[in-house]
Amino acid sequence: MLKIWSMKKEQQKAENAEGAAGGKKKKVTAAQLRVQKDLSELSLGTTMTTEFPDPDDILSFILYIEPDEGMYYGGRFSFTFNITPNFPHEPPKVQCREKIYHPNIDLEGKVCLNILREDWKPVLNLNAVIVGLQFLFLEPNASDPLNKEAAEDLRQNREAFKRNVRAAMNGYTVKGEAFDKVMIQ
Amino acid sequence: MASADVYPASEPARWKYLDNVRTRSGPHTNPDIFDGKLVAEAMENMKVLVIGAGGLGCEILKNLALSGFKNIHVIDMDTIDISNLNRQFLFRQADVGSFKAEVAARFVERRVKGVKITPHNCKIQDFDEDFYMQFQLLVCGLDSIEARRWINATLVNMVDEDAEDSYKPLIDGGTEGFKGQARVIIPTVTSCIECQLDMHAPRAAVPLCTLASIPRQPEHCIEWAHVIAWDKEKPFPSLDKDDPEHITWLYQKALIRAHEFKIPGVTYALTQGVVKNIIPAIAATNSVIAAACCNEALKIAANCAPCLGFPDENNYMMYSGNDSIYTYTFRHEKKDDCPVCGNLARELIVDPDWTLRELVESFAVRPESQLKKPSIRSDHKTLYMQSPASLEAKSRPNLDKTLAELGLSSGDEIGVTDPAFATVSFKYKLKLQK
Repeated sequence: MLKIWSMKKEQQKAENAEGAAGGKKKKVTAAQLRVQKDLSELSLGTTMTTEFPDPDDILSFILYIEPDEGMYYGGRFSFTFNITPNFPHEPPKVQCREKIYHPNIDLEGKVCLNILREDWKPVLNLNAVIVGLQFLFLEPNASDPLNKEAAEDLRQNREAFKRNVRAAMNGYTVKGEAFDKVMIQ
Repeated sequence: MASADVYPASEPARWKYLDNVRTRSGPHTNPDIFDGKLVAEAMENMKVLVIGAGGLGCEILKNLALSGFKNIHVIDMDTIDISNLNRQFLFRQADVGSFKAEVAARFVERRVKGVKITPHNCKIQDFDEDFYMQFQLLVCGLDSIEARRWINATLVNMVDEDAEDSYKPLIDGGTEGFKGQARVIIPTVTSCIECQLDMHAPRAAVPLCTLASIPRQPEHCIEWAHVIAWDKEKPFPSLDKDDPEHITWLYQKALIRAHEFKIPGVTYALTQGVVKNIIPAIAATNSVIAAACCNEALKIAANCAPCLGFPDENNYMMYSGNDSIYTYTFRHEKKDDCPVCGNLARELIVDPDWTLRELVESFAVRPESQLKKPSIRSDHKTLYMQSPASLEAKSRPNLDKTLAELGLSSGDEIGVTDPAFATVSFKYKLKLQK
């Protein structure tokens, strides 16, 4: 019993599978292949660069963003990307490495970006994530606050908020909190 | 029905009705492959692997044993927890702490004479293809998508077009509360688990900013303690979700936050449930799904009736008991761009003295690929990536090394991607020869 073979023959699909025999040990996993594909399609433009501490491990890397306009202009921000073997079923884990003054990024570097959590879908790719991050620096969003004080500040007085952003980016203390200096020398 | 039939006094009586079903042809049996005289013996010789001995696994093992399978193996890495006993009926209080696979195997062997069940108290990843090759049929009752993807990719990779017995049908059951699914996958022939990945809704997550600023539900307070307060205060070096002390810390934090926002309902049990992502398991849903899976197993093994999963037939049964009761059976199509079954590794004969540059350039002229800017990786090594720039710079020195110098050997698999082929990536299995 159990005649799968005849089913396959009925299908008459000979296009696939030429190889796939013999000692098979080192497999490229679906997650790896997908990340490789995403990376080769990444469009970083002039404002973003990447760094791979271990070039053989493409599942963890650092993304640098240097906004060329907006209130975070002149800064250099870095994010660690950690991708689990369950990618793209699970979103990449992204965290800001600097302590910055931003309504959607908290003091530990957690990022509130919908596609990194509740709106992630396997059809999205790494490019969508980096575009989203870039957008956070152009349009900080006071209605989805992760750093409540910063959001309140942005809502109350946009100009004062801008001044606080500049101060924080230069490494000064804002509202009793010391920030990391992120200005490019 | 007389009571003597309900409680079979002898072994032949126990199998009488099963034999009626599996040895007689019906209007839908395929006359080309069905032979009622051979069924019992064929099924006795068949080796079936059950993956998971939990809620579904207990049901599956019991059902397979009562469906006439005689040689069953079962894998589960878990030990029995007291909270399992309400539905994992092969376990008793005295079994708490023992391996699920072992206890389940012993129980079913005791109850159904003539069945041999071999337990494996380990992860599925601990075994290689040689192990999986010995089975004719696999039945999965898992709660993790990661494990499903792993076994699926393994079975797809094992397919050898020239060897009939390298096709291992996979029957996969899954439940979540009142919902569930049963599906049959014939690796490389029908749509695989990776093709169907979008059928699993990713875990419903709450926006981080909701957790941070406007919690509305007790779960929000617990998630806040879990993802924000824990990282901030780091009360222990790393979070052990099975350590009561750690859960207690999260529970206390969540409780304080819940008081602050006047949200009732944070309990220790809820904290544990949210943090460990415990999905409510309903015993009867497990029974429904396991029954569907095992009937498919019987039909596939005996060919006594059409089963799910035949090429160009339905392969997926979804069941929903959330709102009254609803089932729908359909054909999930195979995806051409599936990273697992859509592009099987092709054999690529290469000279170990070739430089990587020569290999990269060779893809431009290969008829099936014709790649202009290929990026190449093996499973553990970045050989050459055209982009992003930093990775290109780091991998560029590899271009002048020979394949042998890069440590590549026959049987290694490489993945090749190119931005010009947005949906397709290629996999090759290297064969080194001069």
